[in-house]
Amino acid sequence: MAMAWVWTVMVAASLVCGLLTGNMDAVSAAALEGAQSAVELTLSMAGIMCLWSGVMEVMSQCGLSNLLARCFRPVLRRLLPQASKDPETLAALTANVSANLLGLGNAATPLGIRAARRMAAGCGGVASNELCLLVVLNTASIQLLPTTIASVRAAAGSSTPFDILPAVWISSVFSVAAGLGTAVLLSRLGGKR
Amino acid sequence: MSLSSLIIPVLLAAVAVCGMGRRVDVYGALSKGAEEGLRVLFRILPALVGLLTAVSMFRASGAAELMTSLCAPILEFFGIPPQTAPLMLIRPVSGGGALAVGTDLMTTYGPDSHIGRTAAVMLGSSETTFYTIAVYFGSAGIRKTRHAVPAALVADIAGFAASAWTVNLLFP
Repeated sequence: MAMAWVWTVMVAASLVCGLLTGNMDAVSAAALEGAQSAVELTLSMAGIMCLWSGVMEVMSQCGLSNLLARCFRPVLRRLLPQASKDPETLAALTANVSANLLGLGNAATPLGIRAARRMAAGCGGVASNELCLLVVLNTASIQLLPTTIASVRAAAGSSTPFDILPAVWISSVFSVAAGLGTAVLLSRLGGKR
Repeated sequence: MSLSSLIIPVLLAAVAVCGMGRRVDVYGALSKGAEEGLRVLFRILPALVGLLTAVSMFRASGAAELMTSLCAPILEFFGIPPQTAPLMLIRPVSGGGALAVGTDLMTTYGPDSHIGRTAAVMLGSSETTFYTIAVYFGSAGIRKTRHAVPAALVADIAGFAASAWTVNLLFP
């Protein structure tokens, strides 16, 4: 339903603003162009998107996911000590993080949910500190190769669509650190659980 | 020949050779991944049709400009281009909406412009926060989410600010 609100508010605001500024001709033309450009954009994104999704799949089959999982297991053990005591939860957690890093959203979400369900067992519908950390970790994604964004940039005519990578990595790390820091701080303020 | 034009061919060859060395069916995996990429595109296309329509209307009517000028004083203080205000507002709520707004910014100002790059980095370094929270807590049966929402939103804001700063720093 949230999306229904977003769409309705945007269209209604455009109508009101268009009437007030006298841009109605432009608004009407833009409505038709927007739909057209969505299809054009998707088509011009398709090549680069498919190629890099393919390359990521090869990397993943080469054992990159296992390598990433091995690198992040110690980090997760320190971050979520309670949950890591259960080997099956820890396995789901590491797989979740490495799937996120590889940009495999479809694989990452079910793994994360499996971990979350195990961590939520027996807590009566109240999120534990560690479960909050897991969710924050997943809402602040770190992606090694943001293929969709790079494809949009290529479709828009960028000469070097991947030159944003270092900036994306730095910003993601900053965002994750800020989220985890806030979660830890708030959990201390809110009392132990 | 510049060094940067080496990166992509070398990466492609290295991944292929490494795959063969590990007895992976490189071509099969490549096709499988490509198919997955196509499936992602098919899934976002219907959302993009609706959302790019709304975003184009929003810009043409002058509403986007109004929002930009309203947010400009605060955002400029933090070194964030005010044109990205609609993107930051829609990002936690809708992935498709954010992609539509970001695409609009990249095509309007150019993908290699300062605003276009900042929009791309913002998109790449954040997630659809409210959707993710709903999925995780919903399927784990959690009703009291405690500090998860404020912490996730702090992460988003920090990510947006960091995106603007790193683009300022790396692409002066």
